[in-house]
Amino acid sequence: MSDDDSRAKRYWMANLRLTLFLLTIWALVSFGCGVLFVEPLNRVRIPGTGFKLGFWFAQQGSIYTFVVLVFVYVAAMKRMDRRFGVEE
Amino acid sequence: MNVQGWTFVIVSLSFALYIVIAIWSRARSTGEFYVAGKGVHPIANGMATAADWMSAASFISMAGIISFAGYDGSVYLMGWTGGYVLLALLLAPYLRKFGKFTVPDFVGDRYYSSVARVVAVACAIFISFTYVAGQMRGVGVVFSRFLEVEIEWGVLIGMGLVFFYAVLGGMKGITYTQVAQYCVLIFAFMVPAIFISIMLTNTPIPQLGFGGRLAGDAGVRIAGGESVYLLDKLDGLHEELGFAAYTSGKKAMIDVLCITAALMVGTAGLPHVIIRFYTVPRVRDARASAGWALLFIAVLYTTAPAVAAFARTNLIASVEGAYYDAEQAPEDGRVIPKWFRTWEDTGLLAWVDKNGDGRVQYRPGKAFKGKPSFEAPADAIDDRGHLLGRGLAGQRLVTNELGDNANELDIDRDIMVLANPEIARLPNWVVGLVAAGGLAAALSTAAGLLLVVSTSISHDLLKKTFMPQITERQELLAARVAAAAAVIGAGYLGIRPPGFVAEVVAFAFGLAASSFFPALLLGVFSTRANREGVVAGMIAGIGFTAGYIVYFKFVRPDLNSAEHWLMGISPEGIGTIGMLINFVVAHIVSYTTKEPPAEVRELVERIRIPKGAGEAHEIEV
Repeated sequence: MSDDDSRAKRYWMANLRLTLFLLTIWALVSFGCGVLFVEPLNRVRIPGTGFKLGFWFAQQGSIYTFVVLVFVYVAAMKRMDRRFGVEE
Repeated sequence: MNVQGWTFVIVSLSFALYIVIAIWSRARSTGEFYVAGKGVHPIANGMATAADWMSAASFISMAGIISFAGYDGSVYLMGWTGGYVLLALLLAPYLRKFGKFTVPDFVGDRYYSSVARVVAVACAIFISFTYVAGQMRGVGVVFSRFLEVEIEWGVLIGMGLVFFYAVLGGMKGITYTQVAQYCVLIFAFMVPAIFISIMLTNTPIPQLGFGGRLAGDAGVRIAGGESVYLLDKLDGLHEELGFAAYTSGKKAMIDVLCITAALMVGTAGLPHVIIRFYTVPRVRDARASAGWALLFIAVLYTTAPAVAAFARTNLIASVEGAYYDAEQAPEDGRVIPKWFRTWEDTGLLAWVDKNGDGRVQYRPGKAFKGKPSFEAPADAIDDRGHLLGRGLAGQRLVTNELGDNANELDIDRDIMVLANPEIARLPNWVVGLVAAGGLAAALSTAAGLLLVVSTSISHDLLKKTFMPQITERQELLAARVAAAAAVIGAGYLGIRPPGFVAEVVAFAFGLAASSFFPALLLGVFSTRANREGVVAGMIAGIGFTAGYIVYFKFVRPDLNSAEHWLMGISPEGIGTIGMLINFVVAHIVSYTTKEPPAEVRELVERIRIPKGAGEAHEIEV
């Protein structure tokens, strides 16, 4: 296997790990906090507001998290592209 | 100036702006027509994607739906934003690296099959057409409501405009008009939202006012002297009247999960959204523009639930128990607000005084069967100048069969956004702005969808399948003719919508989720997925999903309730199961048939590496 091939493979594995990690958070805030655990979370309130935590995740928090996740991905991939020398 | 004057001026100005942009950015090559020459800045592309994505439904109907559904409305909020995470992480960068023009291009090349390409074209055209008919209808409705022209004329005006910039400008013209349309629609959505937030909670940021205490002019009146959070007050009002609490839902958890997932995955599989990521110069711009798009969408999607809660609280507090006729009200009695009669006149609101006490009683259940059908038009008078078809308090009488419950009020959910400026007593120009915003939302989405239809025909069918010998000039001409034909077809469906359109639009997501998404995902992340596997998977997935939907919606609509559904999953959420079936079938069939040829495996290896995206496009154009 040539150097290029194994570097491409390592780049791809690193990419998959990052993607999987971010998608875990994605599922946790939406399907987790917003739906599955919404009732126990609703017993907690965000201090100083009228938001029940589960309801807030379903209608506000999950969306904020999504935006952050994508920008984290953009920044992390930019660094990774450079580290593996595959940037455009 | 009155409302209609302002609406006319603002809508005309916005249209003039779109036309100027279209002339400035008209397309000169197929590359510019299909993907704007791949030279769009990621922030501009993010805005264009946001406008492309947010349709008349997002702008007008979504806040209203959430307002009536409470927590259950969250499926739309999470579903229609969460899909962008999937797009950004799993599809956009790789499809951009692949570097051709359309989604069927990728399916055809990756699965080395013109059958797969043609199937993908058919799916893309079907999804886009059902969707676009709804947008054209939306244009007509906004025109008729705000400018009092016939729906048909409204559709024709909208068609003319889209015709002009989609046919002339292609993707390049559409992209830059969509940037302008995003600015118009977000401004039009935020201005009333901010004012209502100030009125009810004394906070200019709706997302914070949503969780705040009732304060401000109207807020203090609703709170009735106590210091209470808006959401607690709303839950309290719901409990008093017998509704389920606003902050907790009625739907089964598994159904909420499946609907959310189907909407997320469906969003990531919609061809008019995916195609937008082909328009940027580099792979990392594709990633970034998905982020910008999501940010721009999130502005509206985090405001909408706040507007929903404000509107709901204000609605219940101002109409429940209020007297319809000021003269019948005792000294200390409340009277219905002015907008109540305005919207009653448009037919979007109706009150039946079941117990004859002259006061509005709002309770769960439908006040009467079906949509209101009034005894007489709102302005009908007899020869002595008295209004016709009116009840004792002066309300418009309906001929519908009354529901067997205590509820007296029927409200169209679209009012929640459209009436906001009046509820907040904003100046007339704001109403005009909301009309322009609704039109911007509908037109931008329609243009994006029409482009998919025209590209599918001129590029995927003509150039790639049936007439590969045509020159670029001829292909460009074919693209324009196809776009023109698509506009006319969409306009016709907008004027004469077949009954099934509304039903089908809601399920376009389930169909996209169970067909396109697995094919695209496997195309990037598996080198083993082959033609046989993916074709079998798509057929199994879409066959199951469409079958389930058709059964419950058309064959046996009487059985369409939770106890008959598979595991309690409604037709709206079944796309999630269809997607899983697609994945399983594609996997099994791929591993039991011949592996894909070496050049396809090389293609997959190549799209995984960003390097060289620029070169790919040089060869292509």
